[in-house]
Amino acid sequence: MNNFSRKFFYGDIPEDKAGGASEKNLKVSAATAIESSDWPLWEIFIRSKQGLDHKHVGSLHAADAQMAIENARDVYTRRMEGISIWVVESKHIRASNPDDAENFYQPAEDKVYRHPTFYDLPDAVKHM
Amino acid sequence: MSVQELEKIFQAKIDDEIKIEPKDWMPEKYRYSLIRQVSQHAHSEIVGMLPEGNWITRAPSLKRKAILLAKVQDEAGHGLYLYSATETLGVTREQTINDLHSGKAKYSSIFNYPTLTWADIGAIGWLVDGAAILNQVMLTRTSYGPYARAMVRICKEESFHQRQGFEILLVLSMGSKEQREMCQDAIDRWWWPSLMMFGPHDSESTHSDQSMKWKIKRKSNDELRQSFVDMIAEQVKVLGMKLPDSKLKWNEKSGHHDFGEIDWEEFWSVVKGNGPCNRQRMEARRRAWEEGQWVREAAAAYSKKRSARQQAA
Repeated sequence: MNNFSRKFFYGDIPEDKAGGASEKNLKVSAATAIESSDWPLWEIFIRSKQGLDHKHVGSLHAADAQMAIENARDVYTRRMEGISIWVVESKHIRASNPDDAENFYQPAEDKVYRHPTFYDLPDAVKHM
Repeated sequence: MSVQELEKIFQAKIDDEIKIEPKDWMPEKYRYSLIRQVSQHAHSEIVGMLPEGNWITRAPSLKRKAILLAKVQDEAGHGLYLYSATETLGVTREQTINDLHSGKAKYSSIFNYPTLTWADIGAIGWLVDGAAILNQVMLTRTSYGPYARAMVRICKEESFHQRQGFEILLVLSMGSKEQREMCQDAIDRWWWPSLMMFGPHDSESTHSDQSMKWKIKRKSNDELRQSFVDMIAEQVKVLGMKLPDSKLKWNEKSGHHDFGEIDWEEFWSVVKGNGPCNRQRMEARRRAWEEGQWVREAAAAYSKKRSARQQAA
């Protein structure tokens, strides 16, 4: 059974490249975590106007969620780009594994009949 | 899969204009080139706040103060977009900042020149940001996804910077004799350093070939420099000012402007740390970091206290 999801410690960054706490170097990380003065990393999602989805815009460091929201306002909405902000600590993001993409999305590949253009209808049929 | 096979797939993606995302396999050298380039770009935005910050309190009117303040705040934002993009390549923010403070990482040499008069703020917006925009517009199509996305965001904000700079000079160019002289003097001092921003000649540049093949860069240093000269040589006429280059001339045959040779000795000397303000800039950055230590600690302590209070409630 393939494992289609992989944990990425730093948002988009694979665990073995993330530095800090990963399964591989958990022991090392306990020591460095205390020394590191970096605040946690947050992924920022912004709704640009009422009726639209929140969309990922980037990331930033902040001590906690409230400060992440305030920083996100200053970094990502200086020109009225948003009316609502979501912040998620990057370490909580789980992502599909790009190495498995071929198998993972394969089931949808041969099902062209799921698209309306698959069906040839006479021109006489209107409004369909 | 062997590294050679992975490299072949990687290059095929690049050739097909498929963006590389952080989780995708990439050659270590590609990763390192990007860490070097994107962090250098981020540092340039942050150090770039210093010469302009110098004029916030001395800008000639409330309007100009507000504009300059907004511009410097933008530069801070641009630095942050780029630091985040660097981080997706697997280096910590702390390490990237440390590399700047230790002198290991470079930033654009242009910010090692002083801002002596108000006209310099105009010249920076017009020439320095103008040069940066050419480079950044190219980079919106760079092969690494997070870098390209940061560039799109930056380019949207950057054009206000260039226009406000030109407008500062335009107002001065219509002013008193002293103001017109101040305008010309700023252009004289910023012209050559702006041309240097594009880096060494293609024949001398150590990073260019591989960067072009990987589509990190999509135009060469000399190509970008030529488009800059062609653009500015026309715009300067609107100001009724002159560029300080006796060899600058329209060349009918090539369809471009010919221009004089850059003083490469000066270029390398500033890169190596001997420009007029190198030491001052680095000191200012280190001091800002050290004096901000208590803020970082206080924020961490406050967030701890807040979460303890929430848990108790």
